[in-house]
Amino acid sequence: MLKDYFIYSVRNLRNRGLRSWLTMIGIFIGIAAVVSLIGLGEGLRIAIMSQFGFLGPDVLSVQASGLAFAGPPGTGVVEPLSDELADKIRKVNGVEAAFNRYIKSGTLEFNDKQNIGIAASYPEGENRKIFETMINLKAEDGRLLKDSDSRKTVLGNNFKNEDIFGKGIRSGDKVLLNGIDFEVVGILEKKGSFIFDSVVLMNEQTMIDDIGIVKEEVNVIAVKIEDVARADEIKGNIEKLLRKERGVKKGEENFQVQSPQQTLEALNSTLFAVQLFVYIIAAISLAVGGIGIMNTMYTSVLERTKEIGIMKSIGAKNSAIFTIFFVESGLLGMVGGVIGIILGMIFAFGLSAAGRAFLGSELIQASISPFLVIGALMFSFMLGTAFGVLPAYQASKLNPVDSLRSAK
Amino acid sequence: MKKSIIKLENVWKIYEMGEVKVKALQGLDLDVKEGEFLAIMGPSGSGKSTAVNMIGCLDVPSKGKIMLDNHDISKLSESDLAQIRGRKIGFIFQQFNLIPTLTALENVALPIVFQSVDRETRTKRATKLLEIVELGDRMEHKPAELSGGQQQRVAIARALANDPEVILADEPTGNLDSSTGETVMGFLQKLNRKEGKTIILVTHDKNVAKHADKIEFLKDGKVIKSLRRKGD
Repeated sequence: MLKDYFIYSVRNLRNRGLRSWLTMIGIFIGIAAVVSLIGLGEGLRIAIMSQFGFLGPDVLSVQASGLAFAGPPGTGVVEPLSDELADKIRKVNGVEAAFNRYIKSGTLEFNDKQNIGIAASYPEGENRKIFETMINLKAEDGRLLKDSDSRKTVLGNNFKNEDIFGKGIRSGDKVLLNGIDFEVVGILEKKGSFIFDSVVLMNEQTMIDDIGIVKEEVNVIAVKIEDVARADEIKGNIEKLLRKERGVKKGEENFQVQSPQQTLEALNSTLFAVQLFVYIIAAISLAVGGIGIMNTMYTSVLERTKEIGIMKSIGAKNSAIFTIFFVESGLLGMVGGVIGIILGMIFAFGLSAAGRAFLGSELIQASISPFLVIGALMFSFMLGTAFGVLPAYQASKLNPVDSLRSAK
Repeated sequence: MKKSIIKLENVWKIYEMGEVKVKALQGLDLDVKEGEFLAIMGPSGSGKSTAVNMIGCLDVPSKGKIMLDNHDISKLSESDLAQIRGRKIGFIFQQFNLIPTLTALENVALPIVFQSVDRETRTKRATKLLEIVELGDRMEHKPAELSGGQQQRVAIARALANDPEVILADEPTGNLDSSTGETVMGFLQKLNRKEGKTIILVTHDKNVAKHADKIEFLKDGKVIKSLRRKGD
């Protein structure tokens, strides 16, 4: 019997074609917004996690802060970190190792094609091994760098793909960085992180000699601590030292000491706030859509008053009338939801494909879980029925005599 | 003596319209016997429509008793009344009152849907009924695609859907030309004579009322005159 009511409801919705579609627009915009933005947000979160996730909780990074609008971390700041700081940090209680890192973006050329290359320094001497273990650096092809290497580079795993230069780079190949010849001695194993898979590593001295970085202006100091349980305490000690060294008061720090894990948490909470905002906007849009359904259903009850009277006169119980209108509004919600989910998925995956194609960024990716799809579907049906309860109840309570007398 | 199928005893219906009380029925007594063809006549405002609503279990009286098959239905709930209507009474209206979005076949099958009968059975039954009213070739047509007379025949088929004991026809020929009206009346008469259905016909047209065995004249909400066509 429910099936018959269902067919009858579908027939009625189709009969009011344009009005049904207009009503559903409210729902599918809301659902499309929820699905695409949550999908993209989730994708972004996964992408960010994979950028830093492989760094352990025992790693801290020190950066000068200030006017860093763009560019790699620690570049373009007003008061950079000085190069003796690392030695001083190393002496802080609980610090196992600390070394300077230099980062500079440049133009990488191979096979007559150019691309952006982020040149990053490879610490020398005793820090080399610590650095290699810290980020678990291994060469997939060729070897890692040695102290004696000059104008030699190790590239991230992405460069072996053909899509960057039309031809994959192998160890032994020659590349140009800012117009200077470099020999590629190795390709790193894949990390799954866009930053590390696109890195151009070279010895610190090579960066000073050939890329033009200033030894006294350090971008990042990488710190390895002895005991993760004491991370906060050690971080505090480093901050204290830096305040003294840079002559700033507490609360006016022009530097940051962060652990990648903390950065992730901070990013996560920011993302959560953004997602919450999206949820609120979507909720408003869905509420408006729901009221649209209610309005349409009330109009429908008015228009079909006579029909209700006829159905009652030929034996329809109140519950039958209620079911017909209830199913109808639920369908409005659910069909709106299905279209919204499809649109949202097209939008999210389209945007991530466009991001990859035009920006070459893997940060824009969509992750739409079955949970999100089923949840959105159920929610849209519930929304339809919730806003349909009152009109359906009104319809079911109509007096058959008055309804039959109604003009329509 | 045939048994009573519907009996109204001292039925009053009073509508309150603001300050004014409108007495639509004022102590109406009516006894409809099984297999009878009864016509109710009267001028407009005589309470005909209200009487039909009471007989058809569409409304309950303000005062008095309505006995259907010896059960008092005047105190039943809307949903219980709906069930009784669906099973026992078939309605035929002046404006045909078909559902515009449904085909002729679906319209005829609709009362059976409300009785929770399976699809196969009701399609079979609806098909047979449409063939009886000579619309076997119009089953998939929507009401708008049918003429007035054809629509009224669909409505007759629908009234018969649940094989009710009583057919209640409210001005069934009111919207039809006289020859189509005759055809429709012919069907009703056949139902009464051959199928033994009790038919209650409301009309203000003497030519229509003449098909009935008995005519009750209403005025001011009560019967003022009864006429029997045959000597029974």
